[in-house]
Amino acid sequence: MKSVNPIKRGYLALEAWFNISFGAEWNPLYHLGTLTFFFFWVVLISGIYLFVFFDTSLTGAYNSVQYLTHDQWYFGGVMRSLHRYASDAAVMTIVLHMFREFALDRYRGFRWFSWLTGVPTLWFVITLGITGYWLVWDELGLYVAVLSSQLMDALPIVAGSMASNFLEGQLTDRFFTLMAFLHLLGQPVLLIFALWIHVKRLSHVEISAPRGLAIGSFIALLALSFIWPAVSHAPADLHKVPAVLNLDWFYLNIYPALDYLTAGQTWIITTGITGLLMIMPWLPPKKTGTAAEVHLDECNGCGQCAVDCPFDAISVQTRTDGARWEYEVAVNEKLCAACGICVGSCHSSNPFRSSGKVLETGIDMPQFPIDEVRSRTKAALDALTGETRLIVFGCDHAFDAAELKSRNIAAMSFLCTGMVPPTLVEYALKNGADGVFITGCRNGDCYYRYGNVWMDKRFNEGRKPMLRERVDRSRIHVFRAAVTDGRQIKNELAGFSIRIAALQNAPVNSASGEDGNA
Amino acid sequence: MPSAKRLILQLVNYTLFMGLVWYFSFSPQYVRLTPEESMITLALSHAGKPVQECHRKSQEELAKLPPNMRVLEDCPRERSPVKIEVLMDKNPVIDDVVDPPGLYKDQGVDIYKSVKVPTGDHEIEIRMNDNIRVKGATHHYRKSVSLESAQLLVIQFNSGQNQFVIR
Repeated sequence: MKSVNPIKRGYLALEAWFNISFGAEWNPLYHLGTLTFFFFWVVLISGIYLFVFFDTSLTGAYNSVQYLTHDQWYFGGVMRSLHRYASDAAVMTIVLHMFREFALDRYRGFRWFSWLTGVPTLWFVITLGITGYWLVWDELGLYVAVLSSQLMDALPIVAGSMASNFLEGQLTDRFFTLMAFLHLLGQPVLLIFALWIHVKRLSHVEISAPRGLAIGSFIALLALSFIWPAVSHAPADLHKVPAVLNLDWFYLNIYPALDYLTAGQTWIITTGITGLLMIMPWLPPKKTGTAAEVHLDECNGCGQCAVDCPFDAISVQTRTDGARWEYEVAVNEKLCAACGICVGSCHSSNPFRSSGKVLETGIDMPQFPIDEVRSRTKAALDALTGETRLIVFGCDHAFDAAELKSRNIAAMSFLCTGMVPPTLVEYALKNGADGVFITGCRNGDCYYRYGNVWMDKRFNEGRKPMLRERVDRSRIHVFRAAVTDGRQIKNELAGFSIRIAALQNAPVNSASGEDGNA
Repeated sequence: MPSAKRLILQLVNYTLFMGLVWYFSFSPQYVRLTPEESMITLALSHAGKPVQECHRKSQEELAKLPPNMRVLEDCPRERSPVKIEVLMDKNPVIDDVVDPPGLYKDQGVDIYKSVKVPTGDHEIEIRMNDNIRVKGATHHYRKSVSLESAQLLVIQFNSGQNQFVIR
């Protein structure tokens, strides 16, 4: 039985709760990245509206925000609240996103790049929020401005005292022009660039949250904006110290530390924590499996594996071996996650081919080649006894398929169920299996991002290589389960076994030819 | 269309999420100063005196130099550290010595320091030494102040008038 640490167990329980509430399709924990993008959209649109009315001057800034908040409460005020709450919600989803990757051990190995570039992205978001609070120019804005300047003064690159600018007689309207430029253009552009880098090593990047989840989140934000509108503190007064502050702890949590530590110490602590987070993928490092190998003799350069690769590790290039095909594929070993999804995409990964000989495919995993997949499937089926013989195809990152083995149930675990070629299911049914039970990471939560999705599409939606129509679907069952879902999967398998037993008298409606090509 | 049970559960989850967003967006309240406290900020931008007097070269010394390097005075670049003490009712509230920045320690010193102090009537005394060749304070200033709750008292140095300003 796979051991599960308490953090992962707790997180999976939380995910299961959200699956009950939202279903896998809308489960917010499966869409933390896209949900963050959605909140950014709300921030952007509401921010544009606020800027139309914002007065970038020392005396006008506060009054213009007050006008929006109170005189135009029905729209401007709501926009301001949406701007604030969506920004806060974005920090929550980002932090949850980081925690999720940590809890599920999806931050090391081939994922190091996304983690490393994701940590500073959080700081881009935080600093964007900080300049937003300056612009309101209330007591909180003054507090943030003075303390941020003290932090900047501690850096050896800053000459003079920035904090002195916030003493009586020093401040001019140019300050607001600069802050408006930073908040409205400079920082958002940097953030977009950081996000682009963050997803650079991924393919099929989704940035749109599921419609239902987006609508629900927006209604919730809107309701909060009406029930508890965001308001300003008293206007900034350079003769007074902001004494009591309703801090936005999502953005301003480090500032109270400056009342107890020097700016230099605060820098050391924050940069230390950031640095520690950034090097986490190497504490300790996680070994990624051997990269996929291309066998040009079996590759016609169709490029399906390149399309399916979730990590952009496969590219299509001009043929180099003089074969009659125009293209071939190449694997970038540094990007390869060793998921094996490409093996499932290759039409040559067909166990009906090369009967009696070594089966070779266009792209293969050295640690679990397709020939071994076929021979182990055959051996496992041959070893079964009993009336209703089933085979389970599982995934190394989900519930341990080996736990389901019995005298009439064989089990094989793959690097990812996206590695299972549809023809292998047909092969199993033709070689003694009465039913094929496929399990893997929970729906919407594939360890390798798209293994589940591509498998479903190959089986049901005609994605190449597809499962042939004449294969009896009633003998195939897909039930996805996390490592902690033992009870559910065993019940599901028992039910499937009963259904197959009931079909025992009916013939297996599978392909009858030797060649399994669709 | 989600079932009624699912919709209710979603409502609960959205409420919890937005509840967290709302709470940490304003709370817990941070009390930086109690009603009995005010703040003194020392904001100083001042260059210390050179660590040594300029040396006036003799004719013999000048003669030894190439013609293009015959400068009459040889002044050291390095400046003195600035030592400053702020006392309130004879008790030090700020006591700092700042070395001049720069590779040759030849830049002006910037000090920005804030301390919380009790409200009420107080005697503020400032002592500064900006010349390493002089013992004791080179600048001295004293003033009685009355501090209100959350008031910010700023101490600056006016280089033009060569004296401290409290406002």
